[in-house]
Amino acid sequence: MKMNNDPLLSVKDLRTCFRTTNGLARAVDGISFDIPAGKTLALVGESGCGKSVTALSIMRLIQEPAGYIAGDRIIFQGQDLLKLSKRKMREIRGNRISMIFQEPMTSLNPVMTIGEQIMEVIQLHRGLSKKEALGLAVEMLNQVKIPDPAIRISEYPHQLSGGMKQRVMIAIALSCEPDLLIADEPTTSLDVTVQAQILMLMKELQQKEGTAILLITHDIAVVYEVADYITVMYAGRAIEQAKRSRFFRHACHPYTTRLFESLPSMDKRNEQLSTIPGRVPDPTRYPEGCRFADRCHLAFDRCNKEDPKMRFIEKGHSIACHLENAPAISTATATITRKTEGRATYTSSPLVSVKDLKIYYPIRKGLLKSIVGHVKAVDGIDISIGQGETLALVGESGCGKTTMGRGILRLIDITCGTIHFNNIDIMHISGSKLRRLRKDMQIMFQDPYGSLNPRMMVNQIISEGLISQGIGGNKKERDNIVKELMDQVGLDPGMIHRYPHEFSGGQRQRIGIARFLAVKPKFVVCDEVTSALDVSVQAQILNLLKTLQQREDLSYLFITHNLSVVTYIADLVAVMYLGKIVERGTIREVFDTPGHPYTQALLAASPCIGEDGRKKIFLEGEVPSPVNPPEGCHFHPRCPKVMPGCRKVYPGQYSLSETHSTRCWLYE
Amino acid sequence: MEIKLVFLWTDMLIYLLLLSAIGFAVYSIRFEHLRSPWRQVAHNRLAMVAGFVLFCYIIIGLCDSIHFQERAADEKGQIVKDSQGGIIYKPDVLSVLDILVTSIRENTEDSYSAPLATHSYSMKNITLPDGKQIRTYAKLKYEGKHLFGTDKVGMDVFYRALKGIRTGIVIGTLTTLIMLPFAIMTGIMAGYFKGWVDDLIQYIYTTLSSIPGVLLIASAILMLQVYMDTHADRFENIIIRADTRLFFLCVILGVSSWTGLCRILRGETLKLMEMEYVQASMALGVGHFKILLKHIIPNIMHIVLISVVLDFSGLVLAEAVLSYVGVGVDPTMESWGNMINAARLELAREPIVWWNLAAAFILMFGLVLSANLFADAVRDAFDPRLRTK
Amino acid sequence: MHTYIIRRILYAIPILIGINIITFILFFVINTPDQMARLHLGMKRVTPEAIEKWKEDHNYHLPIFWNGSESGIKKITQTIFYQKSAGLFIFRFGKSDEGRDIAHEITQRMWPSLAIAIPTFIIGLMVNITVSLFIAFVRGSYLDMVTMIWCVIIMSISGLFYIIGGQFLFGKILNLVPISGYDSGISVFKFVVLPVLIGVIGGIGSGVRWYRTIFLEEIGKDYIRTARAKGLTETRVLFKHALKNALIPILTGVVVVIPQLFMGSLVMEAFFGIPGLGSYTIDAIRSQDFGIVRAMVFLGAMLYIIGLILTDICYSWVDPRIRFE
Repeated sequence: MKMNNDPLLSVKDLRTCFRTTNGLARAVDGISFDIPAGKTLALVGESGCGKSVTALSIMRLIQEPAGYIAGDRIIFQGQDLLKLSKRKMREIRGNRISMIFQEPMTSLNPVMTIGEQIMEVIQLHRGLSKKEALGLAVEMLNQVKIPDPAIRISEYPHQLSGGMKQRVMIAIALSCEPDLLIADEPTTSLDVTVQAQILMLMKELQQKEGTAILLITHDIAVVYEVADYITVMYAGRAIEQAKRSRFFRHACHPYTTRLFESLPSMDKRNEQLSTIPGRVPDPTRYPEGCRFADRCHLAFDRCNKEDPKMRFIEKGHSIACHLENAPAISTATATITRKTEGRATYTSSPLVSVKDLKIYYPIRKGLLKSIVGHVKAVDGIDISIGQGETLALVGESGCGKTTMGRGILRLIDITCGTIHFNNIDIMHISGSKLRRLRKDMQIMFQDPYGSLNPRMMVNQIISEGLISQGIGGNKKERDNIVKELMDQVGLDPGMIHRYPHEFSGGQRQRIGIARFLAVKPKFVVCDEVTSALDVSVQAQILNLLKTLQQREDLSYLFITHNLSVVTYIADLVAVMYLGKIVERGTIREVFDTPGHPYTQALLAASPCIGEDGRKKIFLEGEVPSPVNPPEGCHFHPRCPKVMPGCRKVYPGQYSLSETHSTRCWLYE
Repeated sequence: MEIKLVFLWTDMLIYLLLLSAIGFAVYSIRFEHLRSPWRQVAHNRLAMVAGFVLFCYIIIGLCDSIHFQERAADEKGQIVKDSQGGIIYKPDVLSVLDILVTSIRENTEDSYSAPLATHSYSMKNITLPDGKQIRTYAKLKYEGKHLFGTDKVGMDVFYRALKGIRTGIVIGTLTTLIMLPFAIMTGIMAGYFKGWVDDLIQYIYTTLSSIPGVLLIASAILMLQVYMDTHADRFENIIIRADTRLFFLCVILGVSSWTGLCRILRGETLKLMEMEYVQASMALGVGHFKILLKHIIPNIMHIVLISVVLDFSGLVLAEAVLSYVGVGVDPTMESWGNMINAARLELAREPIVWWNLAAAFILMFGLVLSANLFADAVRDAFDPRLRTK
Repeated sequence: MHTYIIRRILYAIPILIGINIITFILFFVINTPDQMARLHLGMKRVTPEAIEKWKEDHNYHLPIFWNGSESGIKKITQTIFYQKSAGLFIFRFGKSDEGRDIAHEITQRMWPSLAIAIPTFIIGLMVNITVSLFIAFVRGSYLDMVTMIWCVIIMSISGLFYIIGGQFLFGKILNLVPISGYDSGISVFKFVVLPVLIGVIGGIGSGVRWYRTIFLEEIGKDYIRTARAKGLTETRVLFKHALKNALIPILTGVVVVIPQLFMGSLVMEAFFGIPGLGSYTIDAIRSQDFGIVRAMVFLGAMLYIIGLILTDICYSWVDPRIRFE
C-alpha cells in the first residue's frame, strides 16, 4: 500500500478556522508539510501559532460547529483524510494515526483502569478477544517500561505518577502499531529527568516499529534531540522548513534566528538577550503583508505589502521571507565559552540568612485525626544571599522549592529554623512590625493570569504596596509613581486604567515586577517567573530583571526548574531534592564540575543544543512522594552510584571548594 | 384629599432594596468587569424581553408598596374629626396601585361571574319592573369588564391577582436581601480565617441545613402565630399583622437558604486565598480587612448575584406551596398561594369556577418564567467558567 | 474507611443536639410552661395550684437547660431539655396531643409515603438521565434548544398547577383514576399512579437541565478527546466514558435525598389524601401539634445526615480517586 517515494503524510495548504465573537479566527492558515515514513517531523512555534490545531485537524478532531477545516488536503497513505466518511475516519484514528497529549494528568479517564483503556483501543481496531487484548495490553505496558505491568494494569490513573501516565498514553497510542504518532507537547508538563526518559522511549519505539512521529513542541532544545525534519510555524503558517542538520546551522528566517538568540545560556551572561518586540497578530485580523513584518528587525518596504511565499533556498530548506540573503544563526554551533564568573562570595554579613529552616505539614489519620507523621516539604535548609546577588534554587516538581520561597517571606507557617533579614530576626516578629518589614522583601509569581486580581485596574494593583506601606502621599502622587514604574518596566504609562485581561502574558509579568518595585525592596523571591512564557518573552523578562538588579542592587532568590535560565541569571545555585539541598556552589562550579549524582543527572537530562557527543545519564523512576521519603539518602533508589551506606544515613555536607559543597557519601 | 403615609416593615425594606439596587447599578457603571457582562445580557434578545416583563411586574409591585390612609369623611364628603378635633383616618390602608386601578377595584358584582361575561354565573331571583319574579342569569353591573371574572363576593379576580404580585416579589427579593449580609460575612470568615471559626460556621450551617426546610418554617410560623395571639395589643390592625407575618416568613426563608450560599462562598474564599494575587498582597503587607475588601469580596460578588437571581423564582413558587400548607403568608393577605388554596374547592362546583385558579397561575407563570429566563442570561454572562467556553 | 464512617457518625451527634436545641428554643421562647399548662387546662379559671400540678405531672417544673440545685450529672439530666429530648435519640417521640404514640404512627405511615416517593424518585431519575443524555448527544442542535426552552417552561409552572390540573384531567374529565385516596394491597396501584406521574413531570424541567450541564461539563474534558482520538464512536464516548464520570456529581445530588424519601411529600400527600408521613406532618402543622413537628424535625435531620454519610460511601465506590482515611 505504501508507495516508496511518497511521504506517509502530506499536508497541503491546510486551513482551519474558528468562529469567535470577534470574527473568524484563522488558526491554521495554509500550512503544508510532508512526513516520510519512519521519520520525525517537529512542528515548532510559540503559543497560539496553530501547532495544536494542525494536529487536531489531521485527526479531524476539531470541535464542530465552532471550528471547521476549510481546506485543502491531508493525504495519508494515498487517501485524502478530509474526504473520508466519519466511519472510515474512526477506523484510522487510534489505529493508523494515534495521538498523545500534553497533560497526561487529565488525558486519561479517571474512573477506568489503565488496562481497560488500553484494551478498549486494541479490541476496537484489532478485533481481538478480551483475553488476547489483555495479554497484548500487558505486553504494551512492558514495552513502555512500566514495572510490574500485570499488576499495574488493574490500577487507576491517579495511582500513577505523571511520567507513568504519559507512558500509558504512549502504550495506548502504539498498541495498534500506527504508522503515524502525533505527539502534542508530550513532555512539557514533565520534569526534565522524566522528559529525557519519555523522549528516549519514543525514539526507541520509533526505531523498533518504524512509526513516523509528528512532534509538536515549543522547545527548540527538544527538537534538537529528536527531530529529523523541522517546520517552524508562525501565525498559522509555516515560515521555515529544513532538515535537522541544516536547520541548526543555517536556519535563516529572521523569526527563527531571533528565537535562537533569545535562548538564555551561560555565554550570554554579560549581554542582553535579544528579544522580539510586539506580539503575535490576532488570528482574526492578519496583516496584508508578511505576518512577522511589524516585529522583524530586518523588515523593508516589500514586507508590509506582499505576503512572502515559501521558497527553496537550498535543497530541503525553504523559508517564507523576502530577504535574499537572510543572515543565518550564529550561536547554535558556537562552543560554550564561559567568559564570566558569577560573584562568588557574599560580603561578611549576608542580606538574607536562613538557618535550618523546616516546614512540615502534619498527616492526620484515624478516629481522632491524630498526627501520625509529617510531610517534610522543607527539611533543614541553610542558605544565605548577599546584597545584589542571585541565588538560584533548582529542582524538580515536589522538591519543596516553592514552599521554601514562601517560607522565607513568612507567607506560610514555619515549623522551625531562623531567618535573618538585614540582621533582623524575622522569625520572632509579627503583626504590624512584620507588615512594615515586608517592604524590603517581595515575591513574584509564575502564573501571569493568577497573580493579578482581575477586578483591579493596573494602577490599583501597582499602588497596593504604596498604600499599605504608606509611601507616595495622595492619589495623584501615587498615580505619578505608578506611571514612572510602568515606564521603567517597559509598559505604556497611558494604560494605568486598564484591567489585567487586556494585557499579554509578558506584559502581566511586567506588571508583577512593577508591583514589587513600587515598595523598593532589597530582596525578591522569583518563583518560576518565566515558566509560563514563550522564549522570546522570557528573554524580555530576564533582561528586565537583570537590568533592575544592577540598577537597584537587588538580591534575588530565583526558583526555577529551567537550567539554562539559571546559567544566564544566577550567581550561585542550590540544587534541591526532596526538601534538602544536595549541592550548592557558584554557577561555574556546579555546572562545570557537578558533584552530586543528582546534579549530574539533572544537567545531563536537560536538552541542550549543540552538544551531540554529550554522555547521557538516565535516571530511573521519578521523584518519590515527600510523605514517605526513602531511608538514608533520599536519592539512593535512583542513584547510579549508590553504595550500601547510602541506604542507612543521610550524608553530611562535604566541601569541594570554599563555595562549593554537596551532600553525598561519595566524598566521604 | 389629605392622606397619611403608612410605612410597613416590608415597604421600608423594599425601599432599602431599591436603593441598594440603584447603588449597585451606579457602582457597576464605574467598573468594566461589571459592565461588560451586563452588556452581554443586553445583547440577548430573549433575556431583554424577559427583563422587560420582569420590570413591569416590579413596577406594579413597587406601586403596591406605597401605602397610605385617607382621611375619614362622612357621606356628604365632610371631613370627620374626633372629639378633640384630631384627624381621623379611614381604617383601610390603600396603596398607589389601588388608586391606579380604582375602576377595577371598585367594579364589584354580587358574586361569581366568568371572565368577560355579561351575565352572572348563577341564576338569581329577579323582580321585574312589573312586579313579576323570574329566575334567570342576571345582567352584570359591569358587562364584559372583568378580564378574569369575579370571585364569590363579586370582587374582580384580576385585581386580586395583581395584588398578589407584591407578595410574590417581596418574598422573592427580601428573603435574599435579609440573608445576604449574613451569608457573605460568615462564608468569607469561614474561608479566610479557617481554624475554629471555620469549624463553628460549618457546624452551624450543617445543623441548620439538616432541618427540613418546610418544618423549620412551619415551627417558626407557628411560634409567631402564638406570639401574635398572646400579644394581640401590639398589632393594631389586620394589615400590620399580615405584614409582620410576611416579614417573618422572609426572615425564616432566608435562614434556610442562607446555608447554601454560605457554603459556596466559603469554598470560593478558600480557593481565592490560594490565588497568587492574594499572596502577593500579603507579601506587600496589606492588612486582613483590605485584602477581604479588595481581593476577596469583588471576586465573589458574581456568585452572590447569580444566586440572588436564581433563587428568586424558586422563592416565588415556594410561597404558593407554603401558603397552601398553611405556613405561608397570612390568610387575609392577597397572594397567589391563598388564591389557589381558596380556588381548590371551587373546582368542585358545577359548572366549575376555574378563573380564580387560572388568574393566579397565569400571573405567577409570567413572573417565574421571565425571572428564570433573565436569571439564565445573567448566570451565563457572569459565570467565568461559562464565559471562557 | 471504617474509621471515617465512625467519625462521621460521631460528628452527627453534636449536630443532632444542636437541632434539638434549636427546636427547643423555637418552642420555649414563646411558650412558657405556664402558658402551656393554661392552654391544656383551658384558658379560664385555672388556679395556680392546678398549673403547678400540671407542670409537675409533665416534668415542666424543672429548669430548661441547667439545674443548679442538683449535683453531678443530674445538673444536666434533671432539666426539661434533657427530659424531653433525650428520648428522641432512641426514637421515643412521646405522645401527640391526641394522645397517640408518635413513634407508632410513624412506622404505620411511612409505607404509604414510600409507595409514592420511591417510584417517583426512580422513574424521575431514569427519565431525567435518559432525556439529558440524549440532549447531550445532540447538543447544539435545534432539538437541544427546543428541549431547553421546554425545560424552563416546565420549571416555571407551579407544582400546584400540575397537581390540580392532573387531578382535574385524569380524575374528573377522563375518569381514569380516583382523584384521591389510598388503599392497601394490589389496588393501591390506581391511587399511586397519578401522584407518581405528576411528581415525575414536575421534576423534569430542573432535572434535565441539571444533568445536561453535568454531561456537557464532562464532554469538554481532556479524556474525552483521548477517547475520540482512539477512534471510538460518539455514542461509545458518551455512554462509556462521559456517563461513568458524570455519575460522580450526579450521585452527590441524588444519594443525599434517598433517606429523606421516608418523609414523604407534604403537598402531594395532602392533595391526594394519602395517609403518609407528609400528610401527618401537615396535619400536625395545621393543628399546631408541636410534639409531632419536633419528632419530624428530628427524624428529617437524622435522615439528612444519613444521606450525607451514604453519599460519601457511594463516592468511594464510584470514584477510584477517593479513599477516605
